[in-house]
Amino acid sequence: MKQVYLDHQSTTPLLPEVFEVMRPYFTEAFGNPSSLHKFGLRARDALKTAREQIALLINAESPDDIFFTSSGTEANNLAVKGVAYANKRKGNHIVWCRTEHPSVLNSIEFLEKEGFTHTKVGVDVEGRINLDELKAAITDQTILICCQHVNHDIGTIQPMDEVAKIAAEKGVLFFSDAINSTGWLPVDVQKMGVQLLTLSPHRFYGPKGVGIVYRNRRARMVSIIHGGVQENGRRAGTENVPAIVGAGIAAEIAARELTKRIEHVTRLQKKLYDGLGTIPYIKFNGPAPGPIRICNNLNFSTEFIEGEGQLLLCDMQGIAVASGSSCVSKSLKVSHVLDAIGLDHALAQGNIIMTLGQDNTDEDIDYVVETFGKIVTRLRSMSPMWDEFQKGVIDSVVAPTGRGMSFSDHAAQVSGHRK
Amino acid sequence: MAQEYTLYNDTVMDHFMNPRNLGDIDNPDGVGEVGAAACGDIMKISLKVKDGKIEDARFKTFGCGSAIASSSMATELIKGKTLAEARALSNDDVVTALGGLPPVKIHCSVLAEEAIKAAIEDYESKNQKA
Repeated sequence: MKQVYLDHQSTTPLLPEVFEVMRPYFTEAFGNPSSLHKFGLRARDALKTAREQIALLINAESPDDIFFTSSGTEANNLAVKGVAYANKRKGNHIVWCRTEHPSVLNSIEFLEKEGFTHTKVGVDVEGRINLDELKAAITDQTILICCQHVNHDIGTIQPMDEVAKIAAEKGVLFFSDAINSTGWLPVDVQKMGVQLLTLSPHRFYGPKGVGIVYRNRRARMVSIIHGGVQENGRRAGTENVPAIVGAGIAAEIAARELTKRIEHVTRLQKKLYDGLGTIPYIKFNGPAPGPIRICNNLNFSTEFIEGEGQLLLCDMQGIAVASGSSCVSKSLKVSHVLDAIGLDHALAQGNIIMTLGQDNTDEDIDYVVETFGKIVTRLRSMSPMWDEFQKGVIDSVVAPTGRGMSFSDHAAQVSGHRK
Repeated sequence: MAQEYTLYNDTVMDHFMNPRNLGDIDNPDGVGEVGAAACGDIMKISLKVKDGKIEDARFKTFGCGSAIASSSMATELIKGKTLAEARALSNDDVVTALGGLPPVKIHCSVLAEEAIKAAIEDYESKNQKA
Protein backbone atom coordinates (compact mmCIF):
# COMPACT_ATOMS: atom_id res chain seq x y z
CA MET A 1 0.00 0.00 0.00
CA LYS A 2 1.10 3.55 -0.69
CA GLN A 3 2.44 5.30 2.42
CA VAL A 4 2.17 9.06 2.77
CA TYR A 5 3.54 10.57 5.96
CA LEU A 6 1.83 13.89 6.65
CA ASP A 7 2.66 14.34 10.32
CA HIS A 8 6.01 16.12 10.18
CA GLN A 9 5.01 18.44 12.99
CA SER A 10 4.92 15.39 15.28
CA THR A 11 8.30 14.18 14.12
CA THR A 12 10.44 13.77 11.02
CA PRO A 13 12.55 10.79 9.94
CA LEU A 14 16.22 10.95 10.84
CA LEU A 15 18.31 11.67 7.76
CA PRO A 16 20.57 8.68 6.94
CA GLU A 17 23.59 10.98 6.68
CA VAL A 18 22.84 12.31 10.16
CA PHE A 19 22.60 8.78 11.49
CA GLU A 20 25.98 7.92 9.93
CA VAL A 21 27.67 10.78 11.76
CA MET A 22 25.97 9.77 15.04
CA ARG A 23 26.84 6.08 14.77
CA PRO A 24 30.43 6.07 16.17
CA TYR A 25 29.27 8.04 19.22
CA PHE A 26 27.16 5.07 20.31
CA THR A 27 30.08 2.65 20.14
CA GLU A 28 33.77 3.54 19.94
CA ALA A 29 33.42 7.26 20.80
CA PHE A 30 31.35 6.51 23.86
CA GLY A 31 33.21 8.76 26.30
CA ASN A 32 31.56 10.96 28.90
CA PRO A 33 32.23 14.60 27.99
CA SER A 34 32.95 15.34 31.66
CA SER A 35 35.86 12.85 31.73
CA LEU A 36 39.37 14.25 31.46
CA HIS A 37 40.91 11.45 29.37
CA LYS A 38 41.00 11.09 25.62
CA PHE A 39 37.62 9.33 25.50
CA GLY A 40 36.02 12.22 27.35
CA LEU A 41 37.88 14.86 25.37
CA ARG A 42 36.70 13.38 22.09
CA ALA A 43 33.07 13.52 23.25
CA ARG A 44 33.59 17.03 24.58
CA ASP A 45 34.94 18.10 21.19
CA ALA A 46 31.84 16.63 19.52
CA LEU A 47 29.61 18.74 21.78
CA LYS A 48 31.61 21.83 20.91
CA THR A 49 31.13 21.23 17.19
CA ALA A 50 27.40 20.65 17.63
CA ARG A 51 27.06 23.85 19.67
CA GLU A 52 28.75 25.79 16.86
CA GLN A 53 26.48 24.21 14.23
CA ILE A 54 23.35 25.09 16.20
CA ALA A 55 24.61 28.63 16.89
CA LEU A 56 25.15 29.13 13.15
CA LEU A 57 21.65 27.90 12.25
CA ILE A 58 19.95 30.44 14.50
CA ASN A 59 22.63 33.16 14.29
CA ALA A 60 23.37 33.09 18.01
CA GLU A 61 26.01 35.57 19.17
CA SER A 62 28.09 32.75 20.63
CA PRO A 63 28.05 28.92 20.82
CA ASP A 64 28.16 29.43 24.60
CA ASP A 65 24.53 30.58 24.35
CA ILE A 66 23.45 27.06 23.31
CA PHE A 67 22.32 24.58 25.99
CA PHE A 68 21.40 20.98 25.31
CA THR A 69 18.51 19.25 27.09
CA SER A 70 16.78 15.90 26.59
CA SER A 71 13.81 17.17 24.55
CA GLY A 72 11.93 20.18 23.27
CA THR A 73 9.62 19.89 26.26
CA GLU A 74 12.54 19.99 28.68
CA ALA A 75 13.95 22.95 26.76
CA ASN A 76 10.65 24.82 27.17
CA ASN A 77 10.54 23.90 30.88
CA LEU A 78 14.08 25.22 31.32
CA ALA A 79 13.42 28.44 29.42
CA VAL A 80 10.29 29.20 31.47
CA LYS A 81 11.15 27.89 34.93
CA GLY A 82 14.91 28.53 34.73
CA VAL A 83 14.34 32.18 33.82
CA ALA A 84 11.51 32.62 36.33
CA TYR A 85 13.56 31.26 39.24
CA ALA A 86 16.65 33.24 38.22
CA ASN A 87 14.72 36.51 38.07
CA LYS A 88 12.51 36.04 41.08
CA ARG A 89 13.99 39.05 42.85
CA LYS A 90 13.07 41.30 39.91
CA GLY A 91 9.48 40.19 39.72
CA ASN A 92 7.09 37.26 39.65
CA HIS A 93 4.85 37.88 36.66
CA ILE A 94 4.86 36.10 33.30
CA VAL A 95 2.90 37.14 30.21
CA TRP A 96 2.14 34.49 27.63
CA CYS A 97 0.16 33.88 24.47
CA ARG A 98 -2.78 31.56 25.08
CA THR A 99 -1.94 29.29 22.15
CA GLU A 100 1.46 28.26 23.56
CA HIS A 101 2.41 24.59 23.52
CA PRO A 102 1.41 22.57 26.63
CA SER A 103 5.08 22.35 27.69
CA VAL A 104 5.10 26.14 28.05
CA LEU A 105 1.60 26.66 29.40
CA ASN A 106 1.82 23.84 31.93
CA SER A 107 5.24 25.11 33.09
CA ILE A 108 3.71 28.54 33.67
CA GLU A 109 0.73 27.07 35.49
CA PHE A 110 3.11 25.00 37.63
CA LEU A 111 4.93 28.19 38.61
CA GLU A 112 1.68 29.52 40.10
CA LYS A 113 2.24 27.13 43.00
CA GLU A 114 5.70 28.62 43.42
CA GLY A 115 4.40 32.14 43.97
CA PHE A 116 4.45 33.37 40.38
CA THR A 117 1.49 35.00 38.66
CA HIS A 118 0.73 35.21 34.98
CA THR A 119 -1.46 36.83 32.36
CA LYS A 120 -2.71 35.02 29.27
CA VAL A 121 -2.91 37.10 26.10
CA GLY A 122 -5.56 36.30 23.49
CA VAL A 123 -5.23 35.77 19.75
CA ASP A 124 -7.33 36.74 16.73
CA VAL A 125 -9.22 34.26 14.53
CA GLU A 126 -6.00 33.48 12.66
CA GLY A 127 -4.13 32.82 15.89
CA ARG A 128 -2.04 36.04 15.92
CA ILE A 129 -1.29 37.45 19.34
CA ASN A 130 -3.24 40.56 20.37
CA LEU A 131 -0.48 43.17 20.72
CA ASP A 132 -2.58 45.74 22.60
CA GLU A 133 -3.54 43.09 25.11
CA LEU A 134 0.11 42.09 25.38
CA LYS A 135 1.20 45.67 26.08
CA ALA A 136 -1.53 46.13 28.65
CA ALA A 137 -0.66 42.86 30.40
CA ILE A 138 2.88 43.90 31.28
CA THR A 139 3.35 45.21 34.82
CA ASP A 140 6.41 46.34 36.77
CA GLN A 141 6.55 42.78 38.09
CA THR A 142 6.74 41.17 34.63
CA ILE A 143 9.97 39.24 34.06
CA LEU A 144 9.18 37.20 30.96
CA ILE A 145 7.07 37.25 27.79
CA CYS A 146 6.42 33.88 26.12
CA CYS A 147 5.26 33.90 22.52
CA GLN A 148 5.96 30.99 20.24
CA HIS A 149 7.36 31.66 16.77
CA VAL A 150 4.94 29.35 14.97
CA ASN A 151 1.89 27.59 16.39
CA HIS A 152 2.05 23.79 16.61
CA ASP A 153 -1.58 23.26 15.57
CA ILE A 154 -2.61 25.94 13.13
CA GLY A 155 0.77 27.07 11.78
CA THR A 156 0.35 30.77 12.56
CA ILE A 157 3.59 32.78 12.39
CA GLN A 158 3.58 35.30 15.25
CA PRO A 159 4.69 38.92 14.71
CA MET A 160 8.11 38.50 16.33
CA ASP A 161 9.27 42.04 15.54
CA GLU A 162 6.33 43.65 17.29
CA VAL A 163 6.48 41.38 20.32
CA ALA A 164 10.24 41.97 20.60
CA LYS A 165 9.70 45.72 20.34
CA ILE A 166 7.19 45.68 23.18
CA ALA A 167 9.48 43.47 25.28
CA ALA A 168 12.44 45.79 24.67
CA GLU A 169 10.43 48.94 25.47
CA LYS A 170 9.29 47.43 28.74
CA GLY A 171 12.68 45.89 29.52
CA VAL A 172 11.22 42.37 29.78
CA LEU A 173 12.90 39.16 28.57
CA PHE A 174 11.35 37.61 25.48
CA PHE A 175 11.24 33.83 25.05
CA SER A 176 10.07 32.27 21.82
CA ASP A 177 9.45 28.54 21.34
CA ALA A 178 10.74 28.01 17.78
CA ILE A 179 10.20 24.25 17.81
CA ASN A 180 7.65 24.41 14.99
CA SER A 181 9.56 26.85 12.83
CA THR A 182 13.21 25.83 12.91
CA GLY A 183 14.14 24.05 9.73
CA TRP A 184 11.08 25.38 7.90
CA LEU A 185 11.49 29.14 8.29
CA PRO A 186 14.57 31.32 8.83
CA VAL A 187 15.22 31.61 12.56
CA ASP A 188 17.63 34.39 13.52
CA VAL A 189 17.69 35.17 17.22
CA GLN A 190 19.35 38.54 16.69
CA LYS A 191 16.84 39.70 14.07
CA MET A 192 13.96 38.32 16.10
CA GLY A 193 15.09 40.18 19.20
CA VAL A 194 14.62 37.21 21.53
CA GLN A 195 16.72 36.49 24.60
CA LEU A 196 15.52 32.90 24.81
CA LEU A 197 14.54 30.45 22.10
CA THR A 198 14.01 26.69 21.99
CA LEU A 199 14.48 24.05 19.29
CA SER A 200 13.70 20.38 18.84
CA PRO A 201 16.02 18.67 16.33
CA HIS A 202 13.71 15.72 15.60
CA ARG A 203 11.41 18.23 13.95
CA PHE A 204 14.03 19.01 11.30
CA TYR A 205 15.36 15.54 10.44
CA GLY A 206 17.56 15.21 13.51
CA PRO A 207 17.27 12.66 16.33
CA LYS A 208 14.89 12.47 19.26
CA GLY A 209 16.32 12.66 22.78
CA VAL A 210 17.75 16.15 22.47
CA GLY A 211 16.32 19.65 22.82
CA ILE A 212 18.01 23.02 22.72
CA VAL A 213 17.74 26.28 24.61
CA TYR A 214 19.33 29.40 23.20
CA ARG A 215 19.88 31.91 25.97
CA ASN A 216 21.45 35.30 25.42
CA ARG A 217 24.15 35.83 28.03
CA ARG A 218 22.38 38.94 29.32
CA ALA A 219 19.42 36.83 30.40
CA ARG A 220 19.72 35.06 33.73
CA MET A 221 18.66 31.42 33.76
CA VAL A 222 19.27 28.75 36.40
CA SER A 223 19.21 24.99 36.12
CA ILE A 224 16.00 23.13 36.96
CA ILE A 225 17.79 19.74 37.03
CA HIS A 226 20.32 19.41 39.80
CA GLY A 227 23.50 17.39 39.76
CA GLY A 228 26.81 18.00 38.04
CA VAL A 229 27.90 21.13 36.22
CA GLN A 230 27.23 20.00 32.67
CA GLU A 231 26.07 22.64 30.18
CA ASN A 232 27.81 25.39 32.09
CA GLY A 233 25.73 24.62 35.14
CA ARG A 234 22.40 25.14 33.35
CA ARG A 235 21.49 21.49 32.89
CA ALA A 236 22.87 18.66 35.01
CA GLY A 237 23.11 15.13 33.63
CA THR A 238 25.44 13.33 31.25
CA GLU A 239 24.86 14.67 27.75
CA ASN A 240 23.24 12.47 25.10
CA VAL A 241 26.31 12.77 22.89
CA PRO A 242 25.10 10.84 19.81
CA ALA A 243 21.84 12.81 19.73
CA ILE A 244 23.64 16.12 20.21
CA VAL A 245 26.04 15.24 17.38
CA GLY A 246 23.02 14.41 15.23
CA ALA A 247 21.33 17.68 16.20
CA GLY A 248 24.41 19.59 15.03
CA ILE A 249 24.56 17.84 11.66
CA ALA A 250 20.81 18.18 11.16
CA ALA A 251 21.15 21.92 11.90
CA GLU A 252 23.97 22.24 9.38
CA ILE A 253 21.89 20.47 6.72
CA ALA A 254 18.79 22.51 7.63
CA ALA A 255 20.73 25.74 7.13
CA ARG A 256 22.05 24.53 3.77
CA GLU A 257 18.75 23.10 2.50
CA LEU A 258 16.34 25.63 4.00
CA THR A 259 15.51 27.52 0.81
CA LYS A 260 15.01 24.32 -1.15
CA ARG A 261 12.86 22.76 1.59
CA ILE A 262 10.70 25.85 1.87
CA GLU A 263 10.18 26.07 -1.90
CA HIS A 264 9.26 22.40 -2.22
CA VAL A 265 6.93 22.27 0.76
CA THR A 266 5.27 25.63 0.00
CA ARG A 267 4.34 24.38 -3.44
CA LEU A 268 2.89 21.13 -2.09
CA GLN A 269 1.04 23.01 0.66
CA LYS A 270 -0.73 25.12 -1.98
CA LYS A 271 -1.54 22.04 -4.02
CA LEU A 272 -2.96 20.23 -1.00
CA TYR A 273 -4.88 23.35 0.07
CA ASP A 274 -6.41 23.71 -3.38
CA GLY A 275 -7.19 19.99 -3.61
CA LEU A 276 -8.84 19.66 -0.21
CA GLY A 277 -10.66 22.94 -0.83
CA THR A 278 -12.74 21.19 -3.50
CA ILE A 279 -14.34 18.93 -0.84
CA PRO A 280 -17.61 20.52 0.32
CA TYR A 281 -18.02 21.80 3.89
CA ILE A 282 -14.36 21.92 4.78
CA LYS A 283 -13.01 24.93 6.67
CA PHE A 284 -9.31 25.72 6.87
CA ASN A 285 -8.13 26.98 10.24
CA GLY A 286 -5.42 29.56 10.84
CA PRO A 287 -4.06 31.94 8.20
CA ALA A 288 -4.30 31.05 4.49
CA PRO A 289 -1.03 29.71 3.02
CA GLY A 290 1.20 32.77 2.66
CA PRO A 291 3.41 35.08 4.66
CA ILE A 292 1.89 34.45 8.11
CA ARG A 293 1.55 30.68 7.87
CA ILE A 294 4.34 28.11 8.16
CA CYS A 295 4.92 26.39 4.81
CA ASN A 296 4.45 22.80 5.99
CA ASN A 297 1.19 22.92 7.94
CA LEU A 298 -2.47 22.71 6.96
CA ASN A 299 -5.16 22.54 9.62
CA PHE A 300 -8.79 22.13 8.66
CA SER A 301 -12.15 20.95 9.91
CA THR A 302 -14.40 18.59 8.01
CA GLU A 303 -17.95 19.40 8.94
CA PHE A 304 -20.49 16.76 10.09
CA ILE A 305 -17.85 14.13 10.89
CA GLU A 306 -15.38 13.61 13.70
CA GLY A 307 -11.58 13.80 13.51
CA GLU A 308 -10.47 10.46 14.92
CA GLY A 309 -12.55 8.54 12.38
CA GLN A 310 -10.94 10.55 9.59
CA LEU A 311 -7.49 9.90 11.06
CA LEU A 312 -8.15 6.14 11.33
CA LEU A 313 -9.49 5.79 7.81
CA CYS A 314 -6.53 7.82 6.48
CA ASP A 315 -4.21 5.47 8.36
CA MET A 316 -5.92 2.43 6.81
CA GLN A 317 -5.12 3.98 3.41
CA GLY A 318 -1.48 4.58 4.38
CA ILE A 319 -1.88 8.29 5.11
CA ALA A 320 -0.52 9.46 8.49
CA VAL A 321 -2.21 12.61 9.83
CA ALA A 322 -2.98 14.23 13.20
CA SER A 323 -6.11 15.74 14.75
CA GLY A 324 -7.00 18.27 17.44
CA SER A 325 -10.39 16.64 18.08
CA SER A 326 -11.38 15.75 21.64
CA CYS A 327 -11.66 12.07 20.71
CA VAL A 328 -7.96 12.04 19.88
CA SER A 329 -6.83 13.64 23.14
CA LYS A 330 -6.41 11.71 26.34
CA SER A 331 -8.15 14.52 28.22
CA LEU A 332 -11.21 14.39 25.90
CA LYS A 333 -10.80 18.10 25.27
CA VAL A 334 -10.45 19.72 21.88
CA SER A 335 -7.15 21.45 21.23
CA HIS A 336 -6.92 24.64 23.32
CA VAL A 337 -5.59 26.38 20.21
CA LEU A 338 -8.85 25.74 18.32
CA ASP A 339 -10.69 27.04 21.35
CA ALA A 340 -8.50 30.15 21.43
CA ILE A 341 -9.32 31.08 17.83
CA GLY A 342 -13.02 30.72 18.63
CA LEU A 343 -13.63 27.73 16.38
CA ASP A 344 -17.15 26.33 16.70
CA HIS A 345 -17.11 23.10 18.72
CA ALA A 346 -18.72 21.18 15.85
CA LEU A 347 -15.77 22.12 13.65
CA ALA A 348 -13.16 21.53 16.34
CA GLN A 349 -14.47 17.95 16.57
CA GLY A 350 -13.85 17.41 12.86
CA ASN A 351 -10.30 18.69 13.00
CA ILE A 352 -7.41 17.29 10.94
CA ILE A 353 -3.80 18.46 10.81
CA MET A 354 -1.60 17.59 7.83
CA THR A 355 2.06 18.59 7.94
CA LEU A 356 4.32 18.17 4.95
CA GLY A 357 7.98 17.28 4.63
CA GLN A 358 10.76 17.28 2.08
CA ASP A 359 10.07 13.70 0.93
CA ASN A 360 6.43 14.31 0.02
CA THR A 361 5.74 14.38 -3.70
CA ASP A 362 3.12 15.68 -6.10
CA GLU A 363 1.83 12.12 -6.46
CA ASP A 364 1.42 11.94 -2.67
CA ILE A 365 -0.78 15.02 -2.73
CA ASP A 366 -2.89 13.69 -5.60
CA TYR A 367 -3.37 10.42 -3.70
CA VAL A 368 -4.24 12.21 -0.45
CA VAL A 369 -6.79 14.53 -2.04
CA GLU A 370 -8.48 11.70 -3.91
CA THR A 371 -8.46 9.32 -0.94
CA PHE A 372 -9.52 11.93 1.58
CA GLY A 373 -12.54 12.90 -0.52
CA LYS A 374 -13.71 9.26 -0.39
CA ILE A 375 -13.11 9.05 3.35
CA VAL A 376 -15.23 12.14 3.93
CA THR A 377 -18.08 10.75 1.82
CA ARG A 378 -17.94 7.45 3.68
CA LEU A 379 -17.94 8.99 7.16
CA ARG A 380 -20.71 11.42 6.25
CA SER A 381 -22.82 8.48 5.10
CA MET A 382 -22.38 7.12 8.65
CA SER A 383 -23.09 10.40 10.43
CA PRO A 384 -26.52 11.41 11.75
CA MET A 385 -25.39 15.04 11.53
CA TRP A 386 -25.00 14.85 7.77
CA ASP A 387 -28.56 13.49 7.46
CA GLU A 388 -29.90 16.14 9.75
CA PHE A 389 -28.17 18.82 7.72
CA GLN A 390 -29.70 17.41 4.51
CA LYS A 391 -33.12 17.49 6.17
CA GLY A 392 -32.66 21.05 7.40
CA VAL A 393 -32.73 20.06 11.08
CA ILE A 394 -29.29 21.52 11.67
CA ASP A 395 -27.38 24.13 9.72
CA SER A 396 -23.83 24.18 8.41
CA VAL A 397 -21.27 26.36 10.16
CA VAL A 398 -19.01 26.43 7.11
CA ALA A 399 -21.71 27.45 4.62
CA PRO A 400 -24.88 28.42 6.51
CA THR A 401 -28.15 27.97 4.66
CA GLY A 402 -30.30 29.74 7.26
CA ARG A 403 -32.30 26.56 7.90
CA GLY A 404 -32.25 24.55 11.08
CA MET A 405 -30.59 25.01 14.44
CA SER A 406 -26.88 25.09 15.11
CA PHE A 407 -25.01 21.86 15.55
CA SER A 408 -24.08 22.88 19.08
CA ASP A 409 -27.69 23.58 20.07
CA HIS A 410 -28.71 20.26 18.61
CA ALA A 411 -25.86 18.47 20.41
CA ALA A 412 -26.85 20.11 23.69
CA GLN A 413 -30.43 19.04 23.14
CA VAL A 414 -29.61 15.38 22.56
CA SER A 415 -27.04 15.37 25.35
CA GLY A 416 -29.82 16.55 27.65
CA HIS A 417 -31.63 13.33 26.83
CA ARG A 418 -29.40 11.29 29.14
CA LYS A 419 -31.00 9.78 32.20
CA MET B 1 5.69 -4.28 7.42
CA ALA B 2 5.96 -7.48 9.42
CA GLN B 3 3.37 -6.47 11.96
CA GLU B 4 0.17 -4.55 11.38
CA TYR B 5 -0.19 -1.83 13.97
CA THR B 6 -3.71 -0.66 14.70
CA LEU B 7 -5.10 1.74 17.27
CA TYR B 8 -7.80 -0.69 18.47
CA ASN B 9 -8.06 -4.48 18.65
CA ASP B 10 -9.13 -6.53 15.61
CA THR B 11 -12.80 -6.73 16.62
CA VAL B 12 -13.09 -2.98 17.15
CA MET B 13 -11.25 -2.26 13.90
CA ASP B 14 -13.51 -4.72 12.05
CA HIS B 15 -16.68 -3.07 13.38
CA PHE B 16 -15.26 0.35 12.50
CA MET B 17 -14.15 -0.63 9.00
CA ASN B 18 -17.18 -2.85 8.28
CA PRO B 19 -19.95 -1.50 10.46
CA ARG B 20 -22.99 -3.77 10.89
CA ASN B 21 -26.49 -2.31 10.77
CA LEU B 22 -25.38 1.07 9.47
CA GLY B 23 -28.18 3.35 8.33
CA ASP B 24 -31.75 4.28 9.14
CA ILE B 25 -34.96 2.28 9.28
CA ASP B 26 -37.87 3.53 7.18
CA ASN B 27 -40.79 4.29 9.45
CA PRO B 28 -39.00 3.20 12.61
CA ASP B 29 -40.94 2.18 15.68
CA GLY B 30 -38.49 3.92 17.98
CA VAL B 31 -35.57 6.30 17.57
CA GLY B 32 -32.99 7.33 20.16
CA GLU B 33 -30.46 10.05 19.55
CA VAL B 34 -28.03 10.84 22.34
CA GLY B 35 -24.92 12.95 22.69
CA ALA B 36 -21.96 12.59 24.99
CA ALA B 37 -21.36 15.74 26.95
CA ALA B 38 -17.78 14.60 27.63
CA CYS B 39 -16.53 14.43 24.06
CA GLY B 40 -19.29 15.70 21.76
CA ASP B 41 -20.06 12.43 20.00
CA ILE B 42 -23.63 11.82 18.83
CA MET B 43 -25.25 8.44 18.26
CA LYS B 44 -28.64 7.65 16.74
CA ILE B 45 -30.24 4.22 16.92
CA SER B 46 -33.54 3.32 15.25
CA LEU B 47 -35.58 0.20 15.93
CA LYS B 48 -38.21 -1.94 14.25
CA VAL B 49 -40.21 -3.75 16.92
CA LYS B 50 -42.53 -6.71 16.36
CA ASP B 51 -44.31 -8.75 19.04
CA GLY B 52 -42.18 -7.24 21.78
CA LYS B 53 -38.97 -8.20 19.99
CA ILE B 54 -36.40 -6.07 18.20
CA GLU B 55 -36.71 -7.13 14.62
CA ASP B 56 -34.17 -4.67 13.28
CA ALA B 57 -31.79 -2.09 14.67
CA ARG B 58 -29.79 0.50 12.72
CA PHE B 59 -27.37 3.19 13.73
CA LYS B 60 -25.69 6.36 12.59
CA THR B 61 -22.86 7.86 14.59
CA PHE B 62 -20.93 11.11 14.64
CA GLY B 63 -17.86 10.07 16.57
CA CYS B 64 -14.55 8.32 16.76
CA GLY B 65 -13.66 4.79 15.69
CA SER B 66 -14.65 3.26 19.01
CA ALA B 67 -17.99 5.12 19.03
CA ILE B 68 -18.78 3.72 15.58
CA ALA B 69 -17.65 0.24 16.61
CA SER B 70 -19.67 0.46 19.84
CA SER B 71 -22.86 1.35 17.98
CA SER B 72 -22.25 -1.37 15.41
CA MET B 73 -21.73 -3.98 18.14
CA ALA B 74 -24.62 -2.72 20.27
CA THR B 75 -27.09 -3.03 17.41
CA GLU B 76 -25.82 -6.57 16.73
CA LEU B 77 -26.34 -7.48 20.39
CA ILE B 78 -29.97 -6.32 20.57
CA LYS B 79 -31.28 -7.68 17.29
CA GLY B 80 -33.75 -10.48 17.94
CA LYS B 81 -33.88 -9.68 21.65
CA THR B 82 -37.00 -8.77 23.62
CA LEU B 83 -37.37 -5.15 24.68
CA ALA B 84 -36.68 -6.17 28.28
CA GLU B 85 -33.47 -7.94 27.25
CA ALA B 86 -32.38 -4.99 25.13
CA ARG B 87 -33.09 -2.57 27.94
CA ALA B 88 -30.91 -4.70 30.21
CA LEU B 89 -27.92 -4.40 27.84
CA SER B 90 -25.14 -2.55 29.63
CA ASN B 91 -22.14 -0.75 28.28
CA ASP B 92 -19.99 -3.49 29.81
CA ASP B 93 -21.70 -6.02 27.55
CA VAL B 94 -20.71 -3.90 24.54
CA VAL B 95 -17.12 -3.55 25.77
CA THR B 96 -16.85 -7.29 26.41
CA ALA B 97 -18.26 -8.16 22.99
CA LEU B 98 -15.73 -5.81 21.43
CA GLY B 99 -12.91 -7.54 23.28
CA GLY B 100 -12.18 -4.38 25.27
CA LEU B 101 -11.81 -0.65 24.67
CA PRO B 102 -9.06 1.69 25.88
CA PRO B 103 -10.06 3.21 29.28
CA VAL B 104 -10.48 6.67 27.77
CA LYS B 105 -12.98 5.22 25.26
CA ILE B 106 -15.31 3.44 27.67
CA HIS B 107 -17.75 6.36 27.48
CA CYS B 108 -18.35 5.44 23.81
CA SER B 109 -19.95 2.20 24.97
CA VAL B 110 -22.03 4.14 27.52
CA LEU B 111 -23.33 6.24 24.66
CA ALA B 112 -24.43 3.07 22.84
CA GLU B 113 -26.27 1.83 25.92
CA GLU B 114 -27.98 5.20 26.29
CA ALA B 115 -28.95 5.35 22.62
CA ILE B 116 -30.65 1.95 22.88
CA LYS B 117 -32.50 2.92 26.05
CA ALA B 118 -33.61 6.19 24.43
CA ALA B 119 -34.88 4.33 21.36
CA ILE B 120 -36.85 1.88 23.52
CA GLU B 121 -38.32 4.75 25.54
CA ASP B 122 -39.32 6.45 22.31
CA TYR B 123 -41.03 3.26 21.14
CA GLU B 124 -42.85 2.87 24.44
CA SER B 125 -44.00 6.47 24.63
CA LYS B 126 -45.39 6.25 21.10
CA ASN B 127 -47.21 3.02 21.87
CA GLN B 128 -48.71 4.29 25.08
CA LYS B 129 -50.30 7.16 23.18
CA ALA B 130 -51.66 4.84 20.51
